[in-house]
Amino acid sequence: MKRSDSMDNHLLSVKNLCVSFPSPKGAVDAVRHVSFAMGREKIGIVGESGSGKSVTGRAVLRLLPPYARVTAGHIIYQGRDLQSLSEKEMRGIRGRGISMVMQDPKYSLNPVRTVGRQIREAYEINHTVSRHEARRQALEMLEAVRIRNPEQVYHLYPHEVSGGMGQRIMIAMMLVPKPGLLIADEPTSALDVTVQLQVLAILDDLVSQRGMGLIFISHDLELVSSFCDRIIIMYGGRIMEVVAADRLHESSHPYTRGLLNCLPKIDGDRKPLPTLQRDDAWLEQPENQEEVI
Amino acid sequence: MLRVDRLNVIFGLGAAKNHAVKDVSFTAARGDSFGLVGESGSGKSTVLNCISGLLANWDGTIEVDGSPVFHKRHMSFYRKVQMVFQDPYGSLHPRHTIDQTLKEPIAIHRLGDANRRVDRVLREVGLGPRFRFRYPHQLSGGQRQRVAVARALILEPEIILLDEPTSALDVSIQAEVLNLLQEIRAERNLTYVLVSHDLAVVSHMCDRIAVMNRGETVEIIDRRQLQSGSLKERYTRQLLTASKGYDRAAIDQFQDF
Repeated sequence: MKRSDSMDNHLLSVKNLCVSFPSPKGAVDAVRHVSFAMGREKIGIVGESGSGKSVTGRAVLRLLPPYARVTAGHIIYQGRDLQSLSEKEMRGIRGRGISMVMQDPKYSLNPVRTVGRQIREAYEINHTVSRHEARRQALEMLEAVRIRNPEQVYHLYPHEVSGGMGQRIMIAMMLVPKPGLLIADEPTSALDVTVQLQVLAILDDLVSQRGMGLIFISHDLELVSSFCDRIIIMYGGRIMEVVAADRLHESSHPYTRGLLNCLPKIDGDRKPLPTLQRDDAWLEQPENQEEVI
Repeated sequence: MLRVDRLNVIFGLGAAKNHAVKDVSFTAARGDSFGLVGESGSGKSTVLNCISGLLANWDGTIEVDGSPVFHKRHMSFYRKVQMVFQDPYGSLHPRHTIDQTLKEPIAIHRLGDANRRVDRVLREVGLGPRFRFRYPHQLSGGQRQRVAVARALILEPEIILLDEPTSALDVSIQAEVLNLLQEIRAERNLTYVLVSHDLAVVSHMCDRIAVMNRGETVEIIDRRQLQSGSLKERYTRQLLTASKGYDRAAIDQFQDF
């Protein structure tokens, strides 16, 4: 396959992404030489806190604070290198091209506007339509995320909805501009297990109906392995390995094995849990990792 | 060792009335580890707060070591019952060194011999003397939770109440803290009451488990039932299914309880 072909086929291709934050004690490398490419699939990024998984997601959308130093070989979304775009062009990408669902609806929704107005606004920014049409789209979207009484919920303020409903509203807001790629950063970590799965099911259905790509950032290895197609495992800002979700348990990487083994299991014995032995050699991989497919 | 009988907690009045805990009863023998599991709002932490004395507006019976406790506790109660909280970032005083934090309960209870006690308890939780004069912000989350465990242990209690002790930690750190808790329980023959939303953690730590929903005990099961899946209540079965990961077909069967 020719190089240009393979790049066109990818929805998103990131090469050699590095992010560092300056600090009084010297720069902190949050993401080091991360490369990956994805099509219209569900891809999971898993790692512990500080592994750089969220920073990777934000760097793609250029949402990091101005003092962050971001460098990359390329960040190509649907044939355009996002690095070469102006801030104005980038605003066209955010929402309509790539959108992002954050962890906590409590902090991510505007507390003084009704949820309906916020969803409508997300649609109006990206489409020139009448207010009536935007409202219709917002209501339709609320129905798509299985809110039973959209008319009623449309007029509620964020503090009047539960955590699970708030998260569904966030998803509605992010999906109403019809993006091609959704980045979900721990979208369900604050929710109870059953609600969490219900929200994921909605996300799953919408993503497959529309043929979107999904980057699902999470710390929950087991959940990601049952939900996504492929998993990127990160540690210390680097990609440790990329595995197909159904082959996760066959993985031989010591870090992945360590993460899997230290989880308590319902049908496990009572023996002390094996703890994770970290190895500094994991952080000393060759500078230019080959692109992982 | 610990007996809770028909515990009721009601918050608020009139239209805002919230019956947070309804007739919850359980017992834990000396050396037992009892689990309370449920989703948010199920009242599991409220039960713990009543036992520890943080809440006073409860009705029912709580007995520790055969004698009932009342809303006002005697000092000696706190030497028997101690608590470890969920958030290792919020439960330690940010302007006190670990040494100060650990010496405060010793001073309150006039135990004396503070230096030796602090040194010993720090070794016991696997931190060692070099952490003694640090402030909480100089420690990682897992180390802070070890300090929280040390603070509970320093009065040599018989019952430790654990409110989601590992849910703010990474899985690799969670494993270390759970191992530590198991070791200490075996060594000191402690009684644990562990609150968690994570069935796997509860099943790893506890012999008997109360499943709670909307303030009520759905059922009390032992861990073998959880492993074999022989559960009576549909709510518990749904919780078990949900904890096994994403399964599109199973999710459509979920009900609200």
